[in-house]
Amino acid sequence: MFVRFFLPRAIFEPSSIFKIGFPGDYALGVDTKWQQAYRVWVIKTSDRLFVVYARCTHLGCTPDWKASENKFKCPCHGSGYDSEAINFEGPAPRPMDRAHVELDAEGQVVVDTSVLKKWPKGEKNEFNDPGAYIPL
Amino acid sequence: MDEPKDQKETKQLTGEKSDAGLVGRAKETAGALKDRAFEEAKEYKDPQQTQLWKSIFRVSHERSDPRNRSLAILSNVFLHLHPAKINRDAVRYQYTWGMGGITFYLFVVLTFTGVLLMFYYHPSKIVAFRDILYLEHDVPFGKLLRNMHRWAAHLMVITTWLHMFRVVLTGSYKKPREFNWCVGVVLLVLTLLLSFTGYLLPDDQLGFWAVTVGTNMARATPMLGNEGPFGAQLGLTPYNDVRFGLLGGSIVDANALLRAYIWHCIGIPLVASIFMAVHFWRIRKDGGISGPAPVMLESEMKVPKKK
Repeated sequence: MFVRFFLPRAIFEPSSIFKIGFPGDYALGVDTKWQQAYRVWVIKTSDRLFVVYARCTHLGCTPDWKASENKFKCPCHGSGYDSEAINFEGPAPRPMDRAHVELDAEGQVVVDTSVLKKWPKGEKNEFNDPGAYIPL
Repeated sequence: MDEPKDQKETKQLTGEKSDAGLVGRAKETAGALKDRAFEEAKEYKDPQQTQLWKSIFRVSHERSDPRNRSLAILSNVFLHLHPAKINRDAVRYQYTWGMGGITFYLFVVLTFTGVLLMFYYHPSKIVAFRDILYLEHDVPFGKLLRNMHRWAAHLMVITTWLHMFRVVLTGSYKKPREFNWCVGVVLLVLTLLLSFTGYLLPDDQLGFWAVTVGTNMARATPMLGNEGPFGAQLGLTPYNDVRFGLLGGSIVDANALLRAYIWHCIGIPLVASIFMAVHFWRIRKDGGISGPAPVMLESEMKVPKKK
């Protein structure tokens, strides 16, 4: 009962499920317009669109997108990620997680950050699973 | 000798015959007053003999008698916090460094400055950081107060470690002080938790990210955090694990700030005070501050008997 008291039933946080518009709304590369509201980046490559959860896999800070250097850089302990959020420097143990994405009936992209696709080092790569990206 | 005209007139009006009568009567009155004052003064006791004094101080302070000196200390709530007698070596700074005492002193400083800071600080988003700036720039002595709290906090962590370091070096954790060592370890953890919860309260970038990192470690705790070992098997998610309970949400936000504030100002200091009371009490019960082998003065040495 004492423990239960500390776990609130209702919380006033941004929803973990939200729409980000149509895949055609995005240009190739990294889009940071949802970072402030939902803590995600939308990344579009030549064949797919995916949504990266903006949390460093080292200790959970929010990295910065450095457009001029074409990489994500975490200000806390210096982890670096390339333009597809794959780690290449610093203490981060794995690429940044990707949120579950799907298209609704209208064709809009629906993101769910409570379901994350991971690629832990030496383990199964979930980035190619259905729901990890929208094929273009 | 010519008398001033008005004195002459006064004498004529009151019908007095000479000055001697007036002086004599004044002397008489003064004498009576003096006697009365003496008698009243006699009724006043020595202040230490009054009922008021005795009701406060239960034992008279007689320096010549060692037993009485001990009694005076033992029967006073403030004085009894210190032992009536201590080992001569226990006051040698080279041996104890006084680190435990300094740590406690810093805790007192932190409590005092902390309570004063609470008069100007609101633990909620938007206003919290504004209050810090307000404290720094406008509140009288606010900057001094905040810096005292900050530096005392840093120092308390350092002195706690140094205290433990000397306890290890002098082997003071050994029998019969094992239990007190464990109480001390709990106090170390509480000190670090106080330091950590205080970190978030300015609600600046430094504190925000420090708590982000710190609570991410909680997320990885075995069996308690959703990303730790056995977390997933126990059905833990970001919305029901230990991190959620600490932050009051899944992100470091208003609830987290309020919770850090309550733990920092009430919860942890209260628990720490109880442990401190036990810690200090046990020092006395375990034979006082541990010291080196007693030093013997030359005057105390006995001449060996010749057979």
